[in-house]
Amino acid sequence: MSQITLKDMAAKPDLLCPGARLCAGCDESIIVRMVLKATRGPTIVTNATGCLEVATSIFPYTSWDVPWIHSAFENTAATASGIEAAYKAMRRRGEGPLAKYPQLDVIAFAGDGGTYDIGLQALSGAMERGHDFTYVLLDNEAYMNTGIQRSGGTPFTAATTTSPAGQVMPGKLEWKKPIDDIIIAHAIPFTATINAAWPLDVMKKARKAFEAEGPAFLHALTPCARGWRYPPEKTIAVSRLAVQTCVLPLYECRQEGGDVVYELSAPSLAIAKRPESKKPVEEYLQMQGRFRHLFRPERREDLLKALQEGIDKRWDTLLKKCGL
Amino acid sequence: MKQKLMGLNGDEAAAYATKQVDPDVVAAYPITPQTIIVERFSEYVADGQVHSEFVAVESEHSALSSCIGAAAAGARAYTATAANGLALMWEMTYIASGVRLPIVMSVVNRALSAPLNIHNDHSDSMGARDSGWIQIYCENSQEVYDAHVEAWRIAEHEDVLLPVMICFDGYTISHTMENVMTLPDEDVKGFVGKRGFIKVQGHLGEAELRLDPGCPISMGPVDLQDFYFEHKVHQMEAMDEALKVIPTVDKEYGALSGRNYSHVHPYRMDDAEVAILGLGSAMGTTRAVVDELRGEGVKAGMVKLRTFRPLPAADLMKVAGDAPVLGVIEKDLSFGAVGSPLYEDVRAAFYGAGSKPLVANYVHGLGGRDTSMAMIRGIYEDLLKIKRKGRVDKTMNYVGLRE
Repeated sequence: MSQITLKDMAAKPDLLCPGARLCAGCDESIIVRMVLKATRGPTIVTNATGCLEVATSIFPYTSWDVPWIHSAFENTAATASGIEAAYKAMRRRGEGPLAKYPQLDVIAFAGDGGTYDIGLQALSGAMERGHDFTYVLLDNEAYMNTGIQRSGGTPFTAATTTSPAGQVMPGKLEWKKPIDDIIIAHAIPFTATINAAWPLDVMKKARKAFEAEGPAFLHALTPCARGWRYPPEKTIAVSRLAVQTCVLPLYECRQEGGDVVYELSAPSLAIAKRPESKKPVEEYLQMQGRFRHLFRPERREDLLKALQEGIDKRWDTLLKKCGL
Repeated sequence: MKQKLMGLNGDEAAAYATKQVDPDVVAAYPITPQTIIVERFSEYVADGQVHSEFVAVESEHSALSSCIGAAAAGARAYTATAANGLALMWEMTYIASGVRLPIVMSVVNRALSAPLNIHNDHSDSMGARDSGWIQIYCENSQEVYDAHVEAWRIAEHEDVLLPVMICFDGYTISHTMENVMTLPDEDVKGFVGKRGFIKVQGHLGEAELRLDPGCPISMGPVDLQDFYFEHKVHQMEAMDEALKVIPTVDKEYGALSGRNYSHVHPYRMDDAEVAILGLGSAMGTTRAVVDELRGEGVKAGMVKLRTFRPLPAADLMKVAGDAPVLGVIEKDLSFGAVGSPLYEDVRAAFYGAGSKPLVANYVHGLGGRDTSMAMIRGIYEDLLKIKRKGRVDKTMNYVGLRE
């Protein structure tokens, strides 16, 4: 992989410009800026309908200093397929406006609704066909743009406006869909989780994704102050805790000579080496109003236990996959 | 210039013309009766006869989405579908036209479910009539071939920039082999030329309307109360322009091929007292009936509509306006409406005119039911009755319906 240093990256201009209408404390713009810093040169971005799209493109303004297209919600991977196919055809023919670029980074940004739910078919199709592009999942764990409705990416017990914590139901009854496992099952060259609390890791993985020949998938957990109910200045703290509690560990998965190779990234590897440093999931939950009903009016020991066990189980499974 | 006579069904004619155009991206999903198009095109790709990237997508929604991505990136993009496939694309049809992408799509007309039916009628493309696509209807395989060459020049014209649907009847045309005169490859390539791009104002100054890493613009943004309306009116204006551009492309194509097309094709209309107006393959049957009736001394005529969107209302009134009685035949329904789509358009076109024909609506051929010469003759007999009475008693008539 080509070298990525914080110093070089800091010197690169932001390709998502300041002044977007995203909420204070939004993690999405942080991830997007980091990912775009890792681009190698000519880049085309496509964006699913969602917060990022509506907050960065209100006509006649735009925040994007890269060629950018939004077409719909469920089809980002299909739109990216078309862009990549156009580039490939022009290269092969040696003719057409993109023919002159020896490489092109095609990036698709989509939220959890556009990935776990409505966009899963298009995404699966694009992965199966092997288009060379990077899909970045901005996972804020609910339909935030429409007002915090539950998605397949919403975690167990989280309160949303369509999975409210009520008298008989404690928030969402189902567990978060294991999207990374689904993607990895497509045997694409590169899949990784990323987190804005570790910027260098984000940019290094983004560069690896661009350099991979074929589809690459980056899963960013993007805390949402409005939807998760925490103060906007705590975004990075909440994000960091997701890794420290192993709610969303940092790792990458590569196809190497027909083998599926899992590798923990430094922050999660440190926890694997010193299991006592793993923080209890409660620390993560307590920071967020969407889990408040687990603590008030009374502690829901049953749910807290189930949550901790569920997180532990997934972590153990991941460790085994990593050969640890 | 030497043309080659080939035996092609409609699907093959569409695939062959598209092979000669050699678009950058073909993204399509198989659906009866369109499948021969994607099969043939896949063979061209497999044999290295085209440069196109064939994207075998997992749905029609993704087919059109891929074409949108490709066309926005500056490519020529083509797809083909039918019936439920077009219905699944519905969301993206409006987006393709709204982003002003000159995509070309074959619609092999087939009945929409339910009940499931794979045979021909026009319920699919008529459902997309307001989606902002130009719609051209073909009578036979020759017209299918010619339209698939012409469409790119119409779609990409700088005053138009709208996607084009080329509609032709499932099975009746798609699976029926006919003689088709085809142009040499180099003539097709010369005719379609290279795709050009209009200049727009980007945030870095003047930019081409495409995804250009050298001069980035944002396409498909959020567009609220302050500009959405204007952009939609631009699409209306582009349709008006298309009305003017299509004849110029037809003229140029006529000079090249010797086959001359226009928005409307009148037949024996000069002194016609009763006339049928319609589109698609049924017009061939109608023409034969007109000849028979003329032989019997009946002053029958017909008008074939080739361009349905934009509706060439002035041309239509010019060629059909002198007939005292007009029967609009079509293979579609608009549930709960006054009549079917073409009938309503024709009536609306004539509404403000000083003298206007009596117009009745005849719906036929739904779900692939055969439209025979006897049925068409029955329509003319009905029109003669209307002429005698001087009024239309029954505007909506079902032709060939079980008692």
